[in-house]
Amino acid sequence: MSWFDNWHLPKWFYQMASPKWFYDFGARLQPWFAGLALILISWGLVWSLLYAPADYQQGNSFRIIYVHVPAAILGQSLFLFMAVAGAIGLIWKMKVAFMVARSATLVGASFTALALITGAVWGKPTWGTYWVWDARLTSTLILLFLYTGVMALNQAIPDRSVAGRATAILAIIGSINIPIIKYSVDWWNTLHQPSTFTLTSKPSMPPEMYIPLLLMVVGCYCFCAWLIIQRTRNEILDQERQSSWVARYLED
Amino acid sequence: MYFTSFEQFINMDGHGFYVWLSYACFALLVLTNIWVAQRRQRRLRKQIKSRLGRSAKV
Repeated sequence: MSWFDNWHLPKWFYQMASPKWFYDFGARLQPWFAGLALILISWGLVWSLLYAPADYQQGNSFRIIYVHVPAAILGQSLFLFMAVAGAIGLIWKMKVAFMVARSATLVGASFTALALITGAVWGKPTWGTYWVWDARLTSTLILLFLYTGVMALNQAIPDRSVAGRATAILAIIGSINIPIIKYSVDWWNTLHQPSTFTLTSKPSMPPEMYIPLLLMVVGCYCFCAWLIIQRTRNEILDQERQSSWVARYLED
Repeated sequence: MYFTSFEQFINMDGHGFYVWLSYACFALLVLTNIWVAQRRQRRLRKQIKSRLGRSAKV
């Protein structure tokens, strides 16, 4: 098929496949993400703890939303990110993509755990219980188990490229859980409140409540970008330790 | 500023424990993640450097 042979992705996409290129490019991006994350998260924390008004029903326990929602959003996005990176690794046979997917796993798992913990802590004063077996909470717990499964599978296989392919497939299949989490509040009766942010309608909160939340979400995305780049660069050092450029970089 | 006194800020009308526990978990997660990534980088650099030093002597 000639149209397919002539079809090319942008140059940077192919450059990403080179571990050395990713190592250098990542180092250039990192300070930007670190700076943005620091500014946005500290601004968001001060605003959410000191200036945001309390909810008229939930009182000050409402402030937990500013760590709970970013954690839940990141936990879910990073699973999809891991699946996409894995798929890229499978289709274009890029080992850097597998390294990115591997680096995102623990980060996503820790944010999912944080969402579950802060959710439980928020549930106590709001619902009167730390945990209920309802659809939203159960599907999020399954997400954490899926992350654990991906990590276990990755560590069980010594060959990096086989491990990368196996975990990519598990991550892609596991992604079915993400829309289930998202729509669980609409499909089943639940204690959990509906989504705070939707792309199609106006937020149900006043600006002095949702702007700090937006700052926290974007700040956490920047933090994860910094962290995943750092973890991928570590992974590259580990797996490319035999190559001459690593030796050259570490000599001085 | 939403709160009028420091005590009120800590107590948060009785919800202080839940709010501060959640924010502490968030801080712990962020800082631990940074620490783990930096420690791995330090160890890898040290490992690879010492191996390079050995092979240079041989």
